[in-house]
Amino acid sequence: MSSPAEGRVALVTGSSRGIGRAVARKLATEGYQLVLHGMREGSAKTTADEITADFGIEPLVVHGDVSDAADVKAILRLVFERHRRLDALVVNAGVHEAGFLGMMGDAAIERLFAVNAVGATYTVNGAVKLLRRGTAPSVVLLSSVMGTAGSAGQVVYGATKAAVAGFARAAAKELGPAGIRVNAVAPGFIATEMLESLDEAGRAERVAATALRRLGEPSDVADVIAFLLSDASRFVTGQVIEVDGGLVV
Amino acid sequence: MSNLDRLRVAFRTALALPEDYDVDKLEYRGIEKWDSLAHLSLVGEIEDTFDVMIDTDEVIDLSSFGKAVEILGKHDVEFSG
Repeated sequence: MSSPAEGRVALVTGSSRGIGRAVARKLATEGYQLVLHGMREGSAKTTADEITADFGIEPLVVHGDVSDAADVKAILRLVFERHRRLDALVVNAGVHEAGFLGMMGDAAIERLFAVNAVGATYTVNGAVKLLRRGTAPSVVLLSSVMGTAGSAGQVVYGATKAAVAGFARAAAKELGPAGIRVNAVAPGFIATEMLESLDEAGRAERVAATALRRLGEPSDVADVIAFLLSDASRFVTGQVIEVDGGLVV
Repeated sequence: MSNLDRLRVAFRTALALPEDYDVDKLEYRGIEKWDSLAHLSLVGEIEDTFDVMIDTDEVIDLSSFGKAVEILGKHDVEFSG
């Protein structure tokens, strides 16, 4: 029996590792036709090759800097040329940098906003026309609990992710009449490369702050994203869903 | 049907205008039905009709029937002859 998602076209930005890679693999199991994005040429190819080997699907691999409007347009043009539409869009590409106020360099501040907030905006803004051609189109953006709850040392990063949450809520209202749903997920502490720099004490501190007493896995987030892209969430839009194991920050 | 006629049909379809409505001099917001919401539907109808992808800058620039002809020309849609 085929999956309800069989043949749906999904673009996942930032799919070379972490949550994006987990989302790509999850959607592959559901039969999506995938377009996998990575920032650098070939960076998403490893994920694509794994998916081809494991699921027999050959994703379209694209690359570019989402903070560069021309790159985003070029990526979306490739989607148009291959598929003519988008049914699902996961706006995951992002960067992380921690730092206390007064100690954040200008370049880091600009890069965080450029990729996380402006890049997400370029992506959805450019993809709207492809989504309008899709069937039951659904967009999921990656916010963060740092954007919904905030935390010391995460002010700038949190601000960029708060922008994403606000974008999702407003876009849901604007695009709802066209049948396009827009939601965001706000992950807590997830065991990705972003947390690799933590020492044992730092890791234990974050586990202790999580009600379920463990770090999240990328697949924990990917499963929620897959739900939000699916028909099972057909009456859900404009929501920012925290996937954080009951985090207290 | 010529490409010019196909474009006329796209305008009438997207903007819910009568079949005999003269769209050649039509401008954005020149009639009540061509508002900002209808604009994206119009762009979608034009894209579907001619199988092209119109860039965001061109969407903003598409301010009249004449402009649509000009923009489609850049996408190798021919209107002469």
